[in-house]
Amino acid sequence: MSGDTILAVNHLAMRFGGIVAVNDLSFAAGRGQITALIGPNGAGKTTVFNCITGFYKPTGGTMRLTHETTGQVSLERLNDFRISKLAKVARTFQNIRLFPGMTVLENLMVAQHNALMQASGLTFLGLIGAPSWRAAERSAIELAKFWLERIGLIDRADDAAGNLPYGDQRRLEIARAMCTEPVLLCLDEPAAGLNARESAGLSELLLSIRADQGTSILLIEHDMSVVMEISDHVVVMDYGVKIAEGTPQTVRDDPKVIAAYLGADEEEAIAVMESGT
Amino acid sequence: MTAPATTQAPRSPGIAFIMKKAFISAAVALVLFSLMIGIRTEAGPTGQLIYWTRFGELASLVGIVFVGSIVIELLRRWLGPAGTSGIVPPALQNGLATAGRFVAPALLVFTLLVPVIFYNQRYMLDLGILVLTYVMLGWGLNVVVGLAGLLDLGYVAFYAVGAYSYALLATSFGLSFWVCLPLAGILAACWGVMLGFPVLRLRGDYLAIVTLAFGEIIRLVIINWQSLTGGPNGVSGIPRPTLFGIPLTPGDDGLAALLGIKFSPTHRIVFLFYLILALALLTNWVTIRLRRLPIGRAWEALREDEVACRALGINTTTTKLSAFATGAMFGGFAGAFFATRQGFISPESFTFQESALVLAIVVLGGMGSQLGVALAALTMIGGFELFRGLDQYRMLVFGIVMVLLMIWRPRGLIGHRAPTVYLKRAQAISSDLVKEGHG
Amino acid sequence: MDYFAQQLINGLVLGSIYGLIAIGYTMVYGIVGMINFAHGDIFMIGGFIALISFLLLVSFGLTAVPLILLIVLLVSMAVTALYGWTVERIAYRPLRHSFRLAPMLSAIGMSFVLSNFSQVAQGARVKPVPPIITGGYTLHEGSEGFVVQLSNVQIVVVLTTVVLLLLFTWLVSRTRLGRDMRACEQDQTMAALLGVDVDRTISMTFVIGAALAAVAGMMYLLYYGLVDFFMGFVAGIKAFTAAVLGGIGSLPGAMLGGLAIGLIETFWSAYFSVEYKDVAAFSILIVVLIFMPTGLLGRPEIEKV
Repeated sequence: MSGDTILAVNHLAMRFGGIVAVNDLSFAAGRGQITALIGPNGAGKTTVFNCITGFYKPTGGTMRLTHETTGQVSLERLNDFRISKLAKVARTFQNIRLFPGMTVLENLMVAQHNALMQASGLTFLGLIGAPSWRAAERSAIELAKFWLERIGLIDRADDAAGNLPYGDQRRLEIARAMCTEPVLLCLDEPAAGLNARESAGLSELLLSIRADQGTSILLIEHDMSVVMEISDHVVVMDYGVKIAEGTPQTVRDDPKVIAAYLGADEEEAIAVMESGT
Repeated sequence: MTAPATTQAPRSPGIAFIMKKAFISAAVALVLFSLMIGIRTEAGPTGQLIYWTRFGELASLVGIVFVGSIVIELLRRWLGPAGTSGIVPPALQNGLATAGRFVAPALLVFTLLVPVIFYNQRYMLDLGILVLTYVMLGWGLNVVVGLAGLLDLGYVAFYAVGAYSYALLATSFGLSFWVCLPLAGILAACWGVMLGFPVLRLRGDYLAIVTLAFGEIIRLVIINWQSLTGGPNGVSGIPRPTLFGIPLTPGDDGLAALLGIKFSPTHRIVFLFYLILALALLTNWVTIRLRRLPIGRAWEALREDEVACRALGINTTTTKLSAFATGAMFGGFAGAFFATRQGFISPESFTFQESALVLAIVVLGGMGSQLGVALAALTMIGGFELFRGLDQYRMLVFGIVMVLLMIWRPRGLIGHRAPTVYLKRAQAISSDLVKEGHG
Repeated sequence: MDYFAQQLINGLVLGSIYGLIAIGYTMVYGIVGMINFAHGDIFMIGGFIALISFLLLVSFGLTAVPLILLIVLLVSMAVTALYGWTVERIAYRPLRHSFRLAPMLSAIGMSFVLSNFSQVAQGARVKPVPPIITGGYTLHEGSEGFVVQLSNVQIVVVLTTVVLLLLFTWLVSRTRLGRDMRACEQDQTMAALLGVDVDRTISMTFVIGAALAAVAGMMYLLYYGLVDFFMGFVAGIKAFTAAVLGGIGSLPGAMLGGLAIGLIETFWSAYFSVEYKDVAAFSILIVVLIFMPTGLLGRPEIEKV
């Protein structure tokens, strides 16, 4: 694992009218690492995601993405689709956003839209059926097949995405994000609604993505087993600010974090911890 | 404890309930129709408003409502909760499904042979041309509404732009049909992009009404810009099409003379028939190819979930604009054909009713389905023709049919979507899963 | 200056009529989230009912104008309200949980049904009426001989509008029905769980909207002296523009938007061109929806990702 930072968030702020959702948030995600963003409900985690992935324009702060070859990109200056296309940041959603009326395979083909658009010569080469287009289409299908085998859905490639069971849909959404060949993968509660076995499978998938593709991962998660098992670095938020940061073990034992999750005071948390040991 | 609830449907409350409902319906009908039907006003000979009574008609209408209400209630009981799907037995349903694959080729063969079969029936040939024109319009709008999910209620604007472009270019500059046709398409596509830009962020009903407003603006500008468009008088003397320069006239330079056959006015009609068929098939072919290309897939993805599209790096702006432009282009082609077929165009042919009719064809066909749109156009235009003699009632029945269709089959005739790429087998996706798009 | 003042008066009167129709649009959009494409034609039906009622009352020998007006108002409101109720029951309620396009197409179909029903039932020709309310007041005699006038009809229109608005505001803010309507606007499911009869509330929304449109129809008949079966289409779009301009979902906004559209249309016809006045109204709709979709008094919506 390299030691440099892929995403540096500095003094990020997001206001909606009078409500401050995110207030002066700064953290760094390491390249090739899995960084988890945790915190109680309403802490502002999804808002941070939406800022990073271009769905909201932050009211303050910077988010700098550093590519290995092409240098730095300021995410706060790009908006929506460019973040995926140019900065190579992919994401999944809290409420799964697949294309339910399209097949599993078609979902993965849509993800490769930009590469295929170029190969089809802005459609014209595709219309005339040029060999270069056909080759590009074949390799796109191969990439889709690769990911389908990785997530174990190769046999359901021609089924409608809306017909898949919930756990499969979650994995399909991750595979679809990976088909855009991102450098940073942002996952919004990927383990939500999964049982223990499926969560373990998810952890394994994410670890293998980190190992084989070298993709950096940023995830929001409530399932602590997943967080503890796979994260290299954890950032804790509450009420829009960062309250702790560090390795999973450090954060787990931090009284501020415990207090935030319990809705109690820090002093009470310390008292409970000390009385327990 | 008492026995668990029965799983049977509750017993029908019986005659009393049905009669009560019928009486209420009849009473409502009486109030609604009493003034509008019972009294008939008209501007009298001296300009004064006079009236006369039509109690007979009023009574019969109320009677029809009364009886109709009873019939509907009885039908509802008889069909049960399964609705109309219970009528057709499963074996027959399966049979229909396999037969369905042959419908499209069979229909195509039949269409190619229509001028042969009906060679001497001018009326049928004209009807065929009309149907094919609406099929093409339906296929064109299908790109915008069916594939991309953008609710366009102003499609007639592109039809008008195409028609007037050809008419004005041909009458002012003497350009031939084959030169003007691509120009009409390009102009219509430009207008499509101009329409698309302002509406990029609009959704659903708002998008629909803005496109409706655009369509009306085009019509009003055509009516009022007399110096350019001739206003309400329209443009006449539009030249007929030629077979790449060879006119279809009785003279020695005509096509009949060149082919060595006797000239007949039917030749032109047959030529027009095959011309619109070729244009429609072009629309169909391009649409089917585009669906398999990234742009078409992006259109359908846009309809399914626009937010997800943005997250995958798809430029939704250019995707929407390309959908508008492509649909508009086909509308423009159809408009140019319309102008050359009629020889005369006026703003009256480009009303909101046309947009609504084409939209109804697309929705009835099952959005996104090429065959469905063709069948819907055939049914609707054919049905319209049956009302030839009863012009007044045509639109009234059309409105009623639209309401009934939406209540009975809001997803259209064809209940499934065909995928564009597959590994092993193309499985049709039920339209319950397919989103209809919000723009 | 006098010309301007006259146009101002005319514009406000026309705007009142648009405002009454606009309230129907904004109420329905607020509660069921759909544009009632048939609402403009309900306005037209209201005009026709008023016309026929006038004719009947006059032919029965009634001559007291205020009495005639009152009876026509009540009859027109009642019958048109029933039309509104019927349209909702037949064409919209079955589709309430259906896909987005279905109620819209159903509404368009209903719009065709209503306008062609009028055409078939009463003939396609425009129906003229002699002026029922005559006379007025001269407000100012200008130096060039231009006279600024306020006619009695105009006074009646504005007064009726004001009275109805007050009545309606009381209804929405003080009665049980009004509270139910506001609850359904916010969250239908929750309202139903708390005992609100959602079906009935929605029906009443359509009924009240139709009644107000009927008044607008009657005012239109009094003011312009004619009705025709096609007047609902254009008036409908203009009134919807008014509703959007004022902020969809806001009742004072609908009235405000109506006045604005009435003024804009009148001034445009007076100072620029009469032929393109409809284009002006439609263009406003487009401009407002693109740049100010929440209108003047509306509430902004944030999309949740």
